[in-house]
Amino acid sequence: MSDILKSLEAPINENIPELRSGDIVNVHALVKEGERERVQQFKGTIIRVRNSGNNANFTVRRIASNGVGVERTFLARSPRVEKVVVERHSKVRRANLYFLRDRTGKSARLKQKFN
Amino acid sequence: MLKGLIGKKIGMTQIFDENGVALPITVIEAGPCYVTQVRNPERDGYSAVQLGFNEVHPKKLTGGQRGHLKSNDLPPLRYLREFRTKSPEVKVGEKLTVEEFELGERVDITGISKGKGFQGGMKRHGFKGGPKTHGQSDRHRAPGSVGAGSSPGRVHKGKKMPGHMGNVRVTSQGLKVVLVDAERNLIGVRGAVPGGKGGIVIVNGARKQ
Repeated sequence: MSDILKSLEAPINENIPELRSGDIVNVHALVKEGERERVQQFKGTIIRVRNSGNNANFTVRRIASNGVGVERTFLARSPRVEKVVVERHSKVRRANLYFLRDRTGKSARLKQKFN
Repeated sequence: MLKGLIGKKIGMTQIFDENGVALPITVIEAGPCYVTQVRNPERDGYSAVQLGFNEVHPKKLTGGQRGHLKSNDLPPLRYLREFRTKSPEVKVGEKLTVEEFELGERVDITGISKGKGFQGGMKRHGFKGGPKTHGQSDRHRAPGSVGAGSSPGRVHKGKKMPGHMGNVRVTSQGLKVVLVDAERNLIGVRGAVPGGKGGIVIVNGARKQ
C-alpha cells in the first residue's frame, strides 16, 4: 500500500491488546440509544482476526439465549470500540475457528492455554 | 467561478468520521495546478481555462509544450486540461490548490476507466444470458436474438452487442468531499472514482447539487 494511504490510518487503540483466535474476550463498545451513548459489553470467543491497517477487524462469537449463536465483527481502529479485555487464551491450531459454528455445548469448548 | 483541479488517483482506503462510522474513500493527489491559458469568446469562440499539473523535468516535454509554457513563465507541466467556465476570473500563472474545495462539498470526478478488453453482452450490458438448465448447451452467456426477420431485414444501429469495454472517459457525479489536506495536496471523496491507481483524474465542482 502506498505511504500516503498508510498515513491516513487512524491511530492504534491502546486499549486493545494483541488479539489471537480463540481468545475469550470482553469487548466494550459504544452504542447509541436515542440521544445518549453508553458502553455495551460483548463477551465471547474470537473466531477470526484480520490485520490490515484501517480495516483491521476481529469477529467475536458468543452463544446467546436459547443457544442461538451471535457473531459480531468489530473494527479494531474504530473510535466506537472503547477497550477489549482478554480473559483467557485458548489452545487452537488454526487461524479461523469457523468450525465452532457447527458445534454446540461441550464440543464447542476450547482448551485453555496458559503462558 | 472556476472550481477544478487535475490530480492523480492514489487509491482507496477507509476512514472514520466523527460518529465513528467507517467511510470508504478514494484519495486523490490534486494540484497544485497552474493556470496556463485563458480562452475567451472573442479570440477562441468559447470561454475556458487551461490548467497544468505535475511539474517534470523540461526534457520530458516536447518543444511545443515547453514553448507554450515558457511564454507565460510557467514551470514545465506534464498534464494540460481545459475546464469550461462562463466566468474565468483567474489569470495566467495563478496557482490553484485543494484549498478551493471544502469538506462536505459535492464534486464530479472524471477519469479514464480501467480497460476490460473484449467482453460479452452479460458483463458489458448486463444481459441475462440464457437458461442454465432445461437441456441448454452453449447458450448460457449468449446475447439472444439481435432483431426481427425480413422486416427490417437488418440489425439496428447501436444494438448492444459484445465488444470492447472500459478504457473510456467516465465521470462520477456528486461525490462528497470528506478529506482535504492542503499540506500534501490531498483530497478524499466518499466512494469510488474511475480508473486505476496512478490514473489522471479531473476534479470539478458538482454540476448537479
